[in-house]
Amino acid sequence: MDFFDRFAVPHPSFLIYASMVAIGLTVIAVLVGITYFKKWDYLWREWLTTVDHKRIGIMYLISALLMLFRGGVDAIMLRAQLAIPDNKLLESQHYNEVFSTHGVVMILFMAMPFIMFFFNFVVPLQIGARDVAFPRLNAISFWLFFMGAMLFNISFVIGGSPDAGWTSYFPLAGNDFSTSVGSNYYMIAIQIAGIGTLMTGINFITTIFKMRAPGMKLMQMPMFTWSALISNLIIVFAFPVLTVLLAMGTMDRLFDTKFFAIGDGGSDMLWANLFWVWGHPEVYILILPAFGLFSEIISTFARRNLYGYKSMVASMVVISAFSFFVWAHHFFTMGQGALANSFFSITTMAIAVPTGVKIFNWLFTLWKGKIEFTTPMLYAMHFLPLFTLGGVTGVMLAMSAADYQYHNTMFLVAHFHNVIIPGVVYAMLGGLTYYWPKMFGFMLNERIGKWTVWLMSIGFVLAFIPMYITGLDGQARRMYTYSEATGFGPLNMVAFIGAGIMAISFALLVYNIYYSVRYSPRNIGNDPWNARTLEWATHTPVPEYNFAVMPQVKSTEAFWDAKKNGHEIFKGKIEKIHMPNSSGLPFIMSCIFFVFGFSMIFSIWPLAIISLLGILGCLVYRSFEKDHGHYIPVEEIEETETKLRGAK
Amino acid sequence: MKELFPIKQVMGFVFSLILTAVALLVYFVDMSFTAGMTILLVTAFVQAGLQLVVFMHAGETEDKAAIYSNVYFGILVALVTIFGTLLIFVWDM
Ligand code: HEM
Ligand SMILES: [Cu+2]
Repeated sequence: MDFFDRFAVPHPSFLIYASMVAIGLTVIAVLVGITYFKKWDYLWREWLTTVDHKRIGIMYLISALLMLFRGGVDAIMLRAQLAIPDNKLLESQHYNEVFSTHGVVMILFMAMPFIMFFFNFVVPLQIGARDVAFPRLNAISFWLFFMGAMLFNISFVIGGSPDAGWTSYFPLAGNDFSTSVGSNYYMIAIQIAGIGTLMTGINFITTIFKMRAPGMKLMQMPMFTWSALISNLIIVFAFPVLTVLLAMGTMDRLFDTKFFAIGDGGSDMLWANLFWVWGHPEVYILILPAFGLFSEIISTFARRNLYGYKSMVASMVVISAFSFFVWAHHFFTMGQGALANSFFSITTMAIAVPTGVKIFNWLFTLWKGKIEFTTPMLYAMHFLPLFTLGGVTGVMLAMSAADYQYHNTMFLVAHFHNVIIPGVVYAMLGGLTYYWPKMFGFMLNERIGKWTVWLMSIGFVLAFIPMYITGLDGQARRMYTYSEATGFGPLNMVAFIGAGIMAISFALLVYNIYYSVRYSPRNIGNDPWNARTLEWATHTPVPEYNFAVMPQVKSTEAFWDAKKNGHEIFKGKIEKIHMPNSSGLPFIMSCIFFVFGFSMIFSIWPLAIISLLGILGCLVYRSFEKDHGHYIPVEEIEETETKLRGAK
Repeated sequence: MKELFPIKQVMGFVFSLILTAVALLVYFVDMSFTAGMTILLVTAFVQAGLQLVVFMHAGETEDKAAIYSNVYFGILVALVTIFGTLLIFVWDM
């Protein structure tokens, strides 16, 4: 085989060639643009080498929004293909590639970086810290995630996309049935991003345990920080399973080991098992920070402190353990007996209890509150009923006997979109609107924002409720077409229209950003929402060192206390502040990781070995590097403080 | 002088060497599969605990509680995963 043949796309089509050209042109345009405006130096100094948690957070945010767009385009293609019976828009192979990519991109490269954005931007500010515990590691986490995501995204123009579903079950994902490099991309790109996530987990647990402001006890942390702590705890215990699983999958595909082979002592079912040992905790990793954000938003705009703080914390702790006890509910139909299935059925139903407790806590917080319907609050209000519906259908799926009927139908697809969109996505977009002024110093337009929420919910209901019905009628998931005689046609058309409305809602969000950049007033102060927690106590824009004087905390809502009861948070005088230095190493090492991943995917061994040595070189360099950080002198801090106070 | 000599670490080191030697016996001495696996599992877990306590200093700082709860949580998750998998694949397949 000619060396370059391997990079060809195995199932080319006009659309793929068009995207190739489009990607090529965009890359050239970006490079030329940066050079023309002489921004390389700025980019390198302020962003590529930064270790500042706020900037890393913003880079996560940008990546997440880009991936939301990419995954959204995939979604529209899928719904368009299914809109009418016997449609010929996508061939079966392309349909498989698109739904596989859609799933991976949305979960791992959209939802994950979105919560990472909130961890990074919000947690240190909420606990009154100046950065995370390991700033350099944090930069490595981001760049590994970013390179993993980029590697995965080039698959459809170089070598072919994975086509075995986001769950990538063996034997389908093995060499016998997936002959292109697509599944290699899956194994290796996710591996690289996953290592980054694991390091984030360690970083944030340490940050939350060790770097809270003086006086802030664990039981006084804001609810979002609690949810971040629990979520990162689950990351640390769940992601190693993914790491091992992907390593085994890689070896099966590249080195002919037999872990997931049929026969030879292997077992294909082992993949499904381990995948969900990671996979179920993963969905809780996503939903807990969402719960945390809704808790902040609801208590801010109901103008009341959160009802049942202790039960909220307790339910999250219970969820963190229980999320590891339920994984087999994803494969009730695999062939194990009634005893095993009953066990996992019961644990699954049990985990719905703490989730329900939280719903009641939010309702009681709203009870007798002075509710103010801002855009973030509107997201929360739409979340409550819609998410409850998703939880209820989850409990239906949890009954193992009944699940033989629902499994792998559109009913299941409706369930998980019903929890992930109103749960995770609404929290992300609501939280984004909520924290936008803290990041950029102006608010997003409220009128356009509310339109976005309503369109999103209308689109969501039209797109996914019909799937419950067609699913119960027997429409299987991951089928690229169906005949007219099935009668699925009309409801699938409704779902397509719903998906279109959701796309319009996303476009409106983008327009809102553009509109607000141009017209939104800039003199909004530090606390535009009249909020309750520490992140609103510092200036906007947040200075590099976050707080000139370390805050002193006495209650769960330190800032609210300061405003209402006159308790002083910032006592003491300004002293010099120790800050970490920027470093190019995380970026460079992650670039080498990209090359390493690429050469592994295409089995270009010499390059793989060279890049592996490069990675080792970076590690050795870091071990001997002397980097003590730097101090910001008092005069400089005072200068910044006066300037920021004046800017208000 | 007595305070300076790291007696705990030296003892720990010797003990971990002994554990390694015992584990090696499984290869050199002829024994049943069950006996071999038992020896390997026991020595492996004692070894891991030893490393954690003696050389990684778990329990010597004020976050002792946090460190040990993390370890116990990890053990719980691992046991549930292993026994759950056995239930699915062996005992009830
Ligand atoms: C009340 C709580 C919940 C219960 C009882 C529940 C139950 C279930 C069950 C039994 C299945 C497997 C059904 C089948 O394959 O036949 C399932 C699938 C799924 N659930 Fe849930 N769930 C709950 C909440 C959530 C949440 C909060 C999320 C995410 C944020 C979520 C995400 C998913 C996903 C992604 C899948 C399917 C993945 C796939 O097969 O591709 N669930 N759920
Ligand atoms: Cu699950």
